[in-house]
Formats: sequence, structure tokens, C-alpha cells
Amino acid sequence: MVRVEFLGPIDKEAMELEIGSLNELARILSEDSTLAQWLKNSAVAVNDTIVRDRETPLKDGDRVSILPPVCGG
Amino acid sequence: MMEIHEGALDVKEILGRWLDEEMNSNYGAFIPFIGIIREEGEIEALSFDIYEPTLRKWFDDWQERARAEGARVRMAHSLGDVPIHSSSYISAVLSPRRKVALRLINEFVEDFKANAPIWKYDVIEGKRIYAAQRSIAMDGAGILFIED
Repeated sequence: MVRVEFLGPIDKEAMELEIGSLNELARILSEDSTLAQWLKNSAVAVNDTIVRDRETPLKDGDRVSILPPVCGG
Repeated sequence: MMEIHEGALDVKEILGRWLDEEMNSNYGAFIPFIGIIREEGEIEALSFDIYEPTLRKWFDDWQERARAEGARVRMAHSLGDVPIHSSSYISAVLSPRRKVALRLINEFVEDFKANAPIWKYDVIEGKRIYAAQRSIAMDGAGILFIED
């Protein structure tokens, strides 16, 4: 199982999914209308490291974080 | 080198401690940046969420980048509510030479604004409202977005 967490202002419970890549996750999340405003502008971390490739493979136990636009300071 | 504090930062304690710890490190320049929350409209305070594991990785990458130039970065940030006219963010660059430190403090704060996983909310009448207009999509944002 891959755990998917939504950070900061995204008001959504974490999900546990049987997926093997970010591509599969993108397809699942694109069907969720509550995420429509976030997917375009959110970054993605796998096991806390930012990734930039949708082809990134995922394995059992991985954690995916969805990071919406930031404003520290 | 990276600190997270509940609520407003105690600027004098933090900067005094950093100065004590670094005075004998033989850096010729210590350049701090102190962010102070301004009064604006109805805002009573700002509030912050932090995703610490990714923030630590971002900071560690920056420490490597600073080290390559013989410098060091330090940072403190608030978690939760911080009232106006207090500080939520301090960063500093220490370097043997001032020009390196002056350049790095600008690059460090700019990249912090764009890529540190911290979310800001305005607190108005006790409610937290995400500061969407002031927020910036991180590098690499949108990789899960599929065009219709």
C-alpha cells in the first residue's frame, strides 16, 4: 500500500492505495472533484523528497505528500 | 541549524544565542534577516503549518550549497499563530566574506519563499484563512495534473 497525504490547506484525509507509479495516482486523483483546484499547483514528495517526474515508480510502504502553494516567513 | 518554535519567535534570545555560538567560528560576516508581521487590514495574526521532514531536506540542501562557498546558513521559523508586530522568521548567513553572505542571504530567503514547505493563514476574527493569493507553487508543481 502507498499512503497519500494532503498537506497544508488541502482539506482531505490521507488515502491508502494499491498503486505502482505517480502516473496511476494522477489518474485516480484527477477523478476527485475536490482536488481540481489543487493538482495544477501542487508539488509532490515521495518519502519526503520532492520529485519532478510523473513516471516515478512507487513501491509498497512509500509515502506520497501533496504540497500546495507555499508562503513561509 | 534549523529551529521550529511554537508561536512568535524570541528574536533577542535566538540571535543572541546564534551570535554566542558563532563568535569564535571565524566568520567575518554574520548577516541576519528578521521577518516581522505587519498590521494589514483586519488581520490579527498569521498562522503557519510546516511539513518538517521536507523542510529539513530543503534546509540541508541549502547548507551544502552554503558550505561549498565556505558559508553557513541558520534559520528559525514559527509554527501556529503569531500576532502582528512580532517575528515568525529569522534566517542568517555566516561567511568569511561579506559579499558572499550578502548574496547568499538574498538567494536563501528568495528560495525559502518559493520552496520551503510552509503554509500561511491570515487569522481574522479567530478564523484561519489560507493566504492563497500570496502563496507560490513550488518548483515541480503540477506533475499530477492531467489535461482534459
